Amino acid sequence: MSSTSLGKAINAGLRAAMDDDPKVVLMGEDIGALGGVFRVTDGLQKDFGEDRVIDTPLAESGIVGTAIGLAMRGYRPVVEIQFDGFVFPAFDQIVTQLAKMGNRSNGHTRLPVVVRIPFGGGIGAVEHHSESPEAYFVHTGGLRVASPATPEDAFWMIQQAIACPDPVVFLEPKRRYWDKGEVPDGVSLASGEAPLPMQSARVAREGRDVTLLCYGPMVRTCLAAAEAAAEDGTADIEVVDLRSLSPLDVPTVVASVQRTGRAVVVHEAPLTLGLGAELAARIQEACFYHLEAPVLRVGGFSTPYPAAKIEDEYLPDLDRVLDAVDRSLAH
Amino acid sequence: MPDTVVGTAAGPDRALSVHRTHEDRSRAGADEMVQLISPEGERLEPRGAAEEYAGHVEDVTDDDIRGMYRDMVIVRRFDSEATALQRQGELGLWASLLGQEAAQVGSGRALRPQDYVYPTYREHGVAWCKGVPPKTLLGLYRGASLGGWDPAEHNFALYTIVIGSQTLHATGYAMGLQRDHAVGTGEPDRDTAVVAYLGDGATSQGDVSEALVFSAVYNAPVVFFCQNNQWAISEPNARQTRVPLYRRSSGFGIPGVRVDGNDVLATLAVTRAMTERARSGDGPGFIEAWTYRMGAHTTSDDPTRYRIAAEVEEWKLKDPIARVKAYLARTGAADEAFFADVETEAQDIATELRTACRTMPDPEPESMFDHVYAEPHAVVDAEREEYLAYRAGFADETEGAGA
Ligand SMILES: Cc1ncc(C[n+]2csc(CCOP(=O)(O)OP(=O)(O)O)c2C)c(N)n1
Repeated sequence: MSSTSLGKAINAGLRAAMDDDPKVVLMGEDIGALGGVFRVTDGLQKDFGEDRVIDTPLAESGIVGTAIGLAMRGYRPVVEIQFDGFVFPAFDQIVTQLAKMGNRSNGHTRLPVVVRIPFGGGIGAVEHHSESPEAYFVHTGGLRVASPATPEDAFWMIQQAIACPDPVVFLEPKRRYWDKGEVPDGVSLASGEAPLPMQSARVAREGRDVTLLCYGPMVRTCLAAAEAAAEDGTADIEVVDLRSLSPLDVPTVVASVQRTGRAVVVHEAPLTLGLGAELAARIQEACFYHLEAPVLRVGGFSTPYPAAKIEDEYLPDLDRVLDAVDRSLAH
Repeated sequence: MPDTVVGTAAGPDRALSVHRTHEDRSRAGADEMVQLISPEGERLEPRGAAEEYAGHVEDVTDDDIRGMYRDMVIVRRFDSEATALQRQGELGLWASLLGQEAAQVGSGRALRPQDYVYPTYREHGVAWCKGVPPKTLLGLYRGASLGGWDPAEHNFALYTIVIGSQTLHATGYAMGLQRDHAVGTGEPDRDTAVVAYLGDGATSQGDVSEALVFSAVYNAPVVFFCQNNQWAISEPNARQTRVPLYRRSSGFGIPGVRVDGNDVLATLAVTRAMTERARSGDGPGFIEAWTYRMGAHTTSDDPTRYRIAAEVEEWKLKDPIARVKAYLARTGAADEAFFADVETEAQDIATELRTACRTMPDPEPESMFDHVYAEPHAVVDAEREEYLAYRAGFADETEGAGA
């Protein structure tokens, strides 16, 4: 084990997957000599060559569309979309082609393509660099969607995503790229076993009073809120890191909410038709008689992502999470 | 035809590797580049492709050239001020135009007031030519707005960050002009052209191909002005194209020309020619301005990771401002006093920009709910109310704590 940042953990995971399987190829803008704008692919082109770490023309539809063809030829492309807001030129290829080919071919064609997207806000960027597009992909049958929150999960989950025979939209919490955590050394999915399957949620912190449901960048925020509430003695909060957004690990969610009787969903994406809406519906179906309070949601507003100077007002922070916890407990 | 044998010569390994060892074939067209002032500042006798365009600047006086020199110096000065402001934490990001002043001023000065510009995020010099105050451009880069200006005020659309999108908007606007009989009437104040700016990297985007298709089939009065500054972040031009970009448009039925983008007079000439064509109803054009991005892609980029210093040094010798200065000095068209005045003016504008940046107020947080819809929207309105109530709760607490 060594202490590594989340970004470097993904790099290590990519490296491990490339070592394990020569069919794994990386594609994206500036991922070669530059190592990507977040340096997640740093050094990989140097070590694996330009044929496996491919700097592509500046064309997202082209990147995903050709990845589909490569996958049909037996490759396992891992494509990088530079920022969340630039996935939309590739949206057509992802939702109308990548997601549906397996189904349309009666299962004959499988497309093991991973679409890596640094997503979410909080880094003071200009427009189109801070968005949370997960709902669009979760809404699309045929895609898996996952988002790691810790370096260790990042290391294993990127390998699981690459090994997965289905297309995976892999959402990397960009403002947590520099967060450190323990990551195992000298293992890979071929040599070792990941602690948890990609589609499983994880109870990141146990608690009795209320369940916070979150993923990606909001996991750290929710854990901090839980610590703050514990210090104040106001609540004993359980935090569930969803990890997989499609499929949602409903059993783990339901078990937690049945224990605590209260649920608050936290995400950066707008509330309208976001993951919170889906989770609230699932929870009330499965936990109606266990609920002490309505399922509450904390998230972004139903507006465009705002200018950086006021993004802190848009993004859920510790106070907004604790405010929702208070409202839940007040019932 | 060496281009056609690439990748077919040997086995699969060779097929894969050829694409990265081949020299930049897009340089092949450099000799066909329109140039009117040499890097040394000499007025050239128009030859080759330049002959066709030289007529468009016959009326240009030394006074006009002094004006373009002034524009370029001012634009470079406020650009460097913005870079400094970013370094001091006043701007979140800045995309510098250093090295591209002639491409922008030459094309910008070719425009008539009614002409409409669709920029990317680097067209500070074109904005200047269209009368957009430099400080207007800062909001987006400071993180204080998402653009914020009224495109109709100066016929200058909002900066576009998603690569290539604006070329379609420009084409659609041009189609609107046709419908409104603002093309081909012969009235100089009425006939209008649209200029869409794009980078060399942008030419790879599907949107740009679609814009070329639409503009060609509808004969829309739009000029695509591609600043080939040789790099798309870390990717060289050769990673975007195997054919000189100015030749690409001909496949869509659009004439293309390559101009020395560091030559402000040549850029003025070709842009005048292409916009005049468009205004008169002869349809779209494509200009490739051969230039160089001297600085980083943006302030968050580190070009030392991917390009060599010698290349930058080579392009320094082709500096767009130095050559006009040399021309003006050599011909006696400008004296030291003139150059000094321009410096002073540029400095004053930079100082003004600095103050404007520092004193730019942060937006009110609740402004994020403004202008999302033109008509009231119940959900956004409710979220605004909830947000304000939540904020008010904090105000009570602070008051309570203070009491
Ligand atoms: C659709 C899209 N993909 C990726 C990006 C990230 N990005 C911003 S600028 C840039 C390079 C653009 O190069 P070029 O078109 O040559 O213009 P230049 O910046 O060199 O003027 C990239 C990849 C983006 N803004 N939009």
